[in-house]
Amino acid sequence: MFTDALLRSKGREMAQAKSAAGAGRSTPTRTRKSRAAKPPKNNAAELLPFYRDMLLIRRFEEKAGQMYGMGLIGGFCHLYIGQEAVVVGMQSAIGKGDKVLTSYRDHGHMLACGMDARGVMAELTGRIGGYSKGKGGSMHMFSREKDFYGGHGIVGAQVPIGAGLAFANKYNGTDQVSLTYLGDGALNQGQVYETFNMAALWKLPVIFIIENNKYAMGTSVTRAAAGVSLYQRGAAYGIPGAEVDGMDVVAVQEAAEKAVKHCRSGKGPYILEMKTYRYRGHSMSDPAKYRTKDEVNKMRQEHDPIDQLRATLLEIGVAEEELKGIDREIKAIVTDAADFAQSSPEPDPSELFTDILVEA
Amino acid sequence: MSVQILMPALSPTMTEGKLATWMVKEGDSVAAGDVIAEIETDKATMEVEAVDEGVIGKILVAAGTDAVAVNTPIAVLLEEGEDASAVDSAPAAPAPAPAAAEAPAAEPAPAAAAPVAPVAVVPASDEDKYFDEVKTQTIREALRDAMAEEMRSDDKVFVMGEEVAEYQGAYKVTQGLLQEFGDKRVIDTPITEHGFAGLAVGAAFGGLKPVVEFMTFNFAMQAIDHIINSAAKTRYMSGGQMGCHMVFRGPNGAAARVGAQHSQCYASWYAHCPGLKVVSPYSAADAKGLLKSAIRDPNPVIFLENEVLYGQSFDVPVSEDFTVPIGKAKIVREGTDVTITAFSIMVGKALQAAEKLAEQGISAEVIDLRTIRPLDTATIVASVQRTNRLVTCEEGWAACGIGAEIAAQVMDQAFDHLDAPVARVAGEDVPMPYAANLEQLALPQVENIVEAVKSVCYRG
Ligand SMILES: Cc1ncc(C[n+]2csc(CCOP(=O)(O)OP(=O)(O)O)c2C)c(N)n1
Ligand SMILES: [Mg+2]
Repeated sequence: MFTDALLRSKGREMAQAKSAAGAGRSTPTRTRKSRAAKPPKNNAAELLPFYRDMLLIRRFEEKAGQMYGMGLIGGFCHLYIGQEAVVVGMQSAIGKGDKVLTSYRDHGHMLACGMDARGVMAELTGRIGGYSKGKGGSMHMFSREKDFYGGHGIVGAQVPIGAGLAFANKYNGTDQVSLTYLGDGALNQGQVYETFNMAALWKLPVIFIIENNKYAMGTSVTRAAAGVSLYQRGAAYGIPGAEVDGMDVVAVQEAAEKAVKHCRSGKGPYILEMKTYRYRGHSMSDPAKYRTKDEVNKMRQEHDPIDQLRATLLEIGVAEEELKGIDREIKAIVTDAADFAQSSPEPDPSELFTDILVEA
Repeated sequence: MSVQILMPALSPTMTEGKLATWMVKEGDSVAAGDVIAEIETDKATMEVEAVDEGVIGKILVAAGTDAVAVNTPIAVLLEEGEDASAVDSAPAAPAPAPAAAEAPAAEPAPAAAAPVAPVAVVPASDEDKYFDEVKTQTIREALRDAMAEEMRSDDKVFVMGEEVAEYQGAYKVTQGLLQEFGDKRVIDTPITEHGFAGLAVGAAFGGLKPVVEFMTFNFAMQAIDHIINSAAKTRYMSGGQMGCHMVFRGPNGAAARVGAQHSQCYASWYAHCPGLKVVSPYSAADAKGLLKSAIRDPNPVIFLENEVLYGQSFDVPVSEDFTVPIGKAKIVREGTDVTITAFSIMVGKALQAAEKLAEQGISAEVIDLRTIRPLDTATIVASVQRTNRLVTCEEGWAACGIGAEIAAQVMDQAFDHLDAPVARVAGEDVPMPYAANLEQLALPQVENIVEAVKSVCYRG
């Protein structure tokens, strides 16, 4: 049995409570018996930054989709819309020096790490003002300053790399952790299990965050995974795992704090399965015929992370006007980023041959 | 203010599409995210979502219209409360949207001069001065000393791989390292090449300097994704931010009688890829001097050793300051009639061939390439300009091999100096057989080099 080694989160109970109450966007259910020990987070000062950060990602991604439509962004462009609570909740539990990396669906992670919206958008348009001077694109951006280590286009490749960053943290004698995000599809890669094994064997401070958005391109989890309790995939290695409502930023934050505490105290890796959903297609050219409109609409209307939090904020007495102020602030940031991304010049042709090797 | 909704690009290759259906009509209110139309692209039928909220003021392109170019205005969206007359007063002809005018696709490409690829500079070397005081060492010992010396001087350097610690190395190259540096810095891994190569890349991104041992390079094929996609390309993809200071080392090429899966030269595989340096020494001194340089090099270095050579002894400078720069070939025998290039185990065979050729009155110059990427073409070209003939040697297959690359470079830079076509001596185009006689036939031998030289010298 797994139950000894694995921690069951309250995520599942909560999801059930919610659907039982038939909660729509206006009345999210925030009562959970598991929270009894700890008062529910109903403090506006704590929740407002979540609202702001999720909204920034949402609006940024909408703008990116729009700019793609105008031909300003090329190639692949994987939007994070719908999944914002995962990265915002996780980020709230870590600090300077903790490392973050993910796959190609990375814009939200970068913004959550505090990377500049201008630099991210300008990379999408392939301009010199982008984080990679226009040479990486949507899937390949990095910022050592903000502890963001990519942006990886090969499904699953970021997983051992994230464990390697944790290895370096440990080698250097720090208590920093590595947040390594991967998709439900990526979880079927062999290198993930090679990494689970080494991470557990060497007690590496790495948290594997499975963003289970139900699909890998057009393949649903049920068609690709034998056994759908993805948080249990580390059980054979003794890695604790928890299932979390990834549409609820507070649930994510709580799970994140627990996982981070575990890692920082030297107990080794941890797995968090975030039940989440992407509203848009896999990339821009995906007509998403593998799922019904009803399915998408239901998630949007009943589980949207931003709408849910907005309702909570209003419920606890935050003024509508204050939220509108945040909306305006975010709109200005995104508009400015879009302007910058169009006015920043393309890289100079001489950039073609730079950054391949450095002088020994 | 009213905004124009433009025909969107919905795939990386779409330039125009059919406006199949409108899901809204004039006067409808829409919210961001509402589906307003369906468009048939070159790939599929896609839904178009509203980006802003507002009221559909006017539909400019009727449903069913074919070949609507990307960025053509297809509708006008009014702000809540805005009068529809705002649309009527708008010019009827679809004016290009301001944003569209700024799209790079719409601009004529500026006539910028194409940049010129930089030529790798052959580094200077002071290596010769260290040969005043030498000791005799096997290649195995030289490699071990190189790692130990670098680990002593830089605590970011660590060694990981299968059997490198307690077992002292599958080929005993890491002998004694665990005892001196402990298990924090000499790490036995599970048999998990893909995983530990990726993990080491992550450690390098995190500021450490890993030396990854592959038991042999045959098994590095499981790790090649991380070597190329993660280690070699990330500096470029990050605009120079993410270095990957590390070494991948281990035996490469044929051992003896171990069959096809354990006998292959990967030099050309790695030499193909920008972002890597590729080194393959022959002598113990070069093995030591180059491995020290590789460990100090801030780039990912592929260090190809040879199992058959591990036990061979050479003079190695005593000084710990001795290093050999990456990117510099070495003339190991001077000659006037023909140039022979070789690397790793083939250098020994080339030297034997030169000895035999000398008996037959042919003076062969032998160049040990030492580094395969960046290739020291300057030394090769200068030699060919003197000898006017070239034979390349490698153990790997000829197709797309190192000899093919050298022949192309020499044709490019010294075509008029050639008195004969370049000849390639390489492994036969077969998977390595097991039978002793067949293996002998599959591998390039001294005799093959002698024959190739005689043919380019029109002797024979
Ligand atoms: C090794 C590899 N195989 C295939 C692909 C193509 N590919 C890109 S994304 C993707 C689906 C991955 O889905 P998931 O891991 O669930 O992440 P999500 O896109 O849902 O965030 C595939 C198959 C790839 N990039 N790398
Ligand atoms: Mg997925």
